[in-house]
Order: sequence, then C-alpha cells, then structure tokens
Amino acid sequence: MNKNKRKQWRVFGLIFPSLFWLVVFFAIPLILVLAMSFGERGTYGGVIWNFNLENFARFFDFSDPLYLRIFGRTLYIAAITTLVSFLIGYPMAFWIASQPEKRRNSLLMMLMLPFWTNFLVRTYAWILILRDQGVINTIWAGHFHNAVVWLVAVLPGLPLDWLVQATSNPLPLFGTNLAIIIGLTYGWLPDMVLPCYAAIERFDGSLVEAAQDLYANRVQAFFRVIFPLTLPGVVAGSILVFIPSLGAYVTPDLLGGAKSVMIGNIIYSQFMSARDYPFGAAISFVLMALMLAGTLFYFRFTVAGQKGEPGHD
Amino acid sequence: MPDEFAVELINVAKQFDQVVAVDNVSLQIRDGEFFSLLGPSGCGKTTTLRMIGGFEMPTSGNVLIGGEIQGFKPPFQRPVNTVFQSYALFPHMTIFDNVAFGLQMKKVSKSEIKQRVNEMLELVQLSDVGRRKPNQLSGGQQQRIALARALINKPKVLLLDEPLGALDLKLRKAMQLELKALQQRVGITFIYVTHDQEEALTMSDRIAVMNQGKVLHLDTPEEIYEHPANRFVADFIGETNFMEGKVSQLNEERVFVAVDDQVPVPLLPTRDVQLGQVVTVAVRPEKLSVSAEKKREVDIPGTIDEVIYIGTDIRYIVRITEKTTLAVREQNRGGLSAQRFSIGDHIHIGWYARNASLLTE
Ligand SMILES: Nc1ncnc2c1ncn2[C@@H]1O[C@H](COP(=O)(O)OP(=O)(O)OP(=O)(O)O)[C@@H](O)[C@H]1O
Ligand SMILES: [Mg+2]
Repeated sequence: MNKNKRKQWRVFGLIFPSLFWLVVFFAIPLILVLAMSFGERGTYGGVIWNFNLENFARFFDFSDPLYLRIFGRTLYIAAITTLVSFLIGYPMAFWIASQPEKRRNSLLMMLMLPFWTNFLVRTYAWILILRDQGVINTIWAGHFHNAVVWLVAVLPGLPLDWLVQATSNPLPLFGTNLAIIIGLTYGWLPDMVLPCYAAIERFDGSLVEAAQDLYANRVQAFFRVIFPLTLPGVVAGSILVFIPSLGAYVTPDLLGGAKSVMIGNIIYSQFMSARDYPFGAAISFVLMALMLAGTLFYFRFTVAGQKGEPGHD
Repeated sequence: MPDEFAVELINVAKQFDQVVAVDNVSLQIRDGEFFSLLGPSGCGKTTTLRMIGGFEMPTSGNVLIGGEIQGFKPPFQRPVNTVFQSYALFPHMTIFDNVAFGLQMKKVSKSEIKQRVNEMLELVQLSDVGRRKPNQLSGGQQQRIALARALINKPKVLLLDEPLGALDLKLRKAMQLELKALQQRVGITFIYVTHDQEEALTMSDRIAVMNQGKVLHLDTPEEIYEHPANRFVADFIGETNFMEGKVSQLNEERVFVAVDDQVPVPLLPTRDVQLGQVVTVAVRPEKLSVSAEKKREVDIPGTIDEVIYIGTDIRYIVRITEKTTLAVREQNRGGLSAQRFSIGDHIHIGWYARNASLLTE
C-alpha cells in the first residue's frame, strides 16, 4: 500500500508541470472569458459582473444581422479555404507519397521550409504580390496591357479591344475575400498536406492491386478504394485548416479590406478599441463552440472509421 | 493448338535493377489443372505469378493466357483473378461488397449480383457474414472470402500466392483439402504459389520446382518425389540421403557407383553417364531397411551411429564409410520388431535399385 501511494505521488509529480500549465494558462483564462461573456461593459471599459445574456442576444440579433453576416462570411471564407487546400493538398500529398523514399523526405522538408520565416513577413509578401502595384498587376495591367495595346496598334484589325479594356485597370485582388482565401490557403496548406500524406503513405498498395485484379481501372480504384481509406487524413487536414481559418486575424487584417472583415477582427476590435470585453468574450465563445463541434465531429468520424480498419494478422 | 493451354510462359524473364528474379522460364499449364510453383524464399515464385496477373511486366519473353499474348495488358484486362497472400480484402467494405466488387465493376445487374454473391458465400460456407467487415472475421474466414471474391468472376485462371501462409497448421491442413475439392468442383485452373513442399505434393496435379529464378523440375508430385531431376530438387522435396562417388562399372542392366571410392552401389541405367564420372546417388530414408544380414538387392554393411525414436518411426543413422552416413526410417510397427538395433551394432542396409536416383547435377 505504501508502495502504491509512493507510486501515485510519483505519477502526480510527473504530470504536475503539464497539469499546472493547463490550469494556469488554459482553464483559468477560459473560465474568466466565459464569466466575462455574461457581464456588461462598464462606462470606462471595465466589466460589470451582472449575469445577463445581452451579449449573445446582440450577436444573434436577426433584425440587425451585422455580426451574423460577418460570422457567415467567416464560415464561407474558411470553408472555401479548406476546399481549395484540399484540392491542392491532396494531389500534392499523393504525388509526394508516390516518390522514391529518399526524395519524399526532402519534398516534405521543402513544404515546411517557408515556415522558418515569420508568418507576418510571409503575409506581407502576399501584399507585395496582390496589391495594385504588386507583382501580378504589374504584369497584367502593365506589361501585358502594353503588349496588347502594341499588338492592336500594329494589327488594327484584331478584335482585341475588350482585352485592352480588361487590362487597363489592375485586377481587384488586394482587399478582397479572394486575397484572404489565397493568404489562408497559403498559410495552412501544409496542415492539409501532412495528414493526407500520412494517410496515403500508410495505405496498403496491395488493395489497389486487388481492385485492379477485380476489373477496376485506375479511376475506379481511386474512388472506390484509395480515397475512402485515406478519408480520415482528409478530414484531419480539413479540420486543421478550417479551425485556424475560422479564427484568422492577421491574414484578413493585412490582406482584406473593409468589406472582408472576419470574426477574428471583430473580437480584436472589441477587446482593443471598443473596450467591450464582455461582447468580445461572447463572440469568442460562439467561435470556440463551433470549433469544438468541428473537433468532436472529427473524433466521431475517425473512431467510426477505425471500425473498418484491417485486423492484425 | 496453342489454346490447349490455360497459361503458357515462353522464355519469360524479369530483372529488377541488379536482381534477376525470373530467369528465362518456359512452362505450359493445362486447362483445369492444379499447378503449383514451389521453391525456397526469393526464388521468383511471386514474381512469376505477378507477371501472369499483369502486376509486373516481363523484361523479356511472352505470357499467354488462353492462347492470347498478354503483352503489357493491365491486370483488369486479363481473364485471371488473384487471391493475395495477405488477402487484401477491402477493410472499409462489408463482406458482401467485397465479394460483389468484381461484378459491380463489370456492371452486372444488382439482382444478379445479389444472387451470385449469396451463392458464392454459400459455396465457401459463410452464408451469414455478408454484413460484417473483414476485420470481424477470423483468418480462415477471411481467406475463404478472398477466394470467393476471386472465384465469383469465373476467371479462366485463378492465381493464388501462398493463400494459406497466415493460417495455423491445423487450419491449413483442413483448407488444403477444401481448396483442392473446390478446385475440382469449379473446374478452374489454379496456379498456386507455395514454399511448403508438403502442401504442393498434396494438392497439385503438377509442380514446377523453382530455384534462383529457374524452373528446375516440372512434373507430377509422384515423379518429382520419386525421381527428382537434380540434387536441389531431391534435397528440397522431402528428405534424402546423398552419396558421392564415381561411376565404376556400366552394363545393360546396372550402373555401379563407387561411393567414396569404396562401396559399390548398383542403380538402374537411366541416364547418360560415363565411366569415371563424378555423380551423386540419392535415396530416401523410408526406402531403406536395416537388418542383421543381407536381405535386398542393394546391400551395404554399416554401423549404427545413432538411434532416434520419433513415435511413428524409428530413425537410424548408419555409417557406411568414413565420410558418409545414411538416415534410415523404419515404421514403428510395435511388437518384437520395435527398436531392434542399438548404437554400435554392425548391420546391413538394403533397398531396391529402382528406388535410388542417379544425379549428375
Ligand atoms: N519490386 C522489386 N524490386 C526489386 N527486387 C525485387 C522486387 N520484387 C522481387 N524482387 C526480388 O526478386 C527475387 C524474387 O522475389 P519473389 O518475390 O518472386 O520471391 P518468392 O519466390 O515469391 O519468395 P517468397 O517465398 O519469400 O515470397 C528476390 O530476390 C526479390 O528480392
Ligand atoms: Mg512470394
């Protein structure tokens, strides 16, 4: 018994640091924010702790859906980002997994390499690419435009007036939803590629042979066997992209404009400029609830998926 | 004429980088035959099978199925199906969907699929597992489903790569018989890869014994066992005593080999041998008998080195020269005859000349 007690203490001693970390830096702030979300903004920005649901009512106000609209846009941008990441990331993961073993690691390394640079710096780089005087528009509205104008001047009969028109103004990239989606996709793509890669790499190739043996061509083998069995990786990747996209703040702040504000920016402004802590806390909680739902869905899915995995022989 | 054969390999070779996995193999497999590829690990059995299935393409040579040259046809265009060693059942599908897969790909109607799958499940005696997932079945059951999944397509030829390898001994024995019976019932040509010689002997109509990418002997189980073509085959299949010697005497009826230059052993003159040629005499332990005095045509005196009691048999290790000992296996018939001799006894070993083989390679 004595021995058991000592063992318990040792286990406790081992988990104490992480437990401490979790409580101090996670649980306590979380409870504070939750409590705050039921409070009311004080005249000078403090919190009045009178329990009410005003903040949530303000957020879910259907007669004036200002915040709901932003929330909807946030969901939309995050969803498109996830979809685009999947459409780029899955084939990329597939391609990497099909390379010889030595090359795979260096390819994965190259995928991670940009992450040695600060996220802010990389996002700034996208400003330089997307803005009106940026790389894309210098080519589009500059060189390409000039080339078309020159071509029309040399060969007057050419029906290219519409192209002259189209290229006379820079493409509206910067400050749009598109810019945010590009920035987010760029930022979270590795989080899609890595779980997909893990699933594809682990995939048992003899199953494809079996499918081909049973008259499935390559396309059928992919959709009937490979894709369903690597789906857990896709779901994991999607959640890893979707959740941070939902909470994105830096990317919409730098690449977006007034019409593409996301929920993260609203939370920021409630805390930092409006000084309405309780409302900011309430929005944070709605967002968090959504992320939690997504994560639970994922665990549900993977646990359900495991039922079908091959038994060990 | 060529379509007499279900499968024909003509000078087929396969090279991976530096490794020659299959080395100029030619064989003809008859329609409805249970044909085994037998050999030690790494001898190229799987590679040969995979070239028939279309999973590997030969470096040179031709694979014919039903008289048709297969060339670079992918697996889904070949009239063969495969039972994989690890079964490769689709883990995310039910047993029903697994078995139905081939028919679904061939766009067979739903009602026909249902009927045929149920028939097939009945054939492998697993009628009520259709709704389960593969990991809810035992190894033996998975094996049968893999078989059903392949057979339902009514292939011309079924390829099986060590399909019983993952099963325990008892189940394996039972499945061997079941598989053989099933093959006879459906009448499909089976090409069966195994490294288990006993399995090959029990099940096959004919066996190709392979080593290092080459077919060393192709014949019926009995011929291969009784008259192995060379030393490797004699050694690989069953147990064999080898005696080295030179041909010392040749006549119409007998060849004599002087084992270790001392003991003359008579053999049937079956091969082209010359006087003085160095050869090997091979004879199976169960063909030998031990007695106190000369009893058989071939008779060699010896001394008992060891007596091993194995229950069903008694094994004597008998020294006939400085260098050579022979293993003798006598059935344990009980009674007075059991364990008649003991270590150090001077005895005679006897056998019939037709039971020994003369090997030149
Ligand atoms: N994809 C490959 N790449 C390189 N070498 C290979 C490949 N497949 C097989 N080999 C080599 O070819 C030879 C024959 O292999 P194969 O798998 O046909 O042997 P096997 O007779 O089936 O052996 P086992 O009984 O162990 O399954 C081996 O030396 C093996 O290492
Ligand atoms: Mg093999």
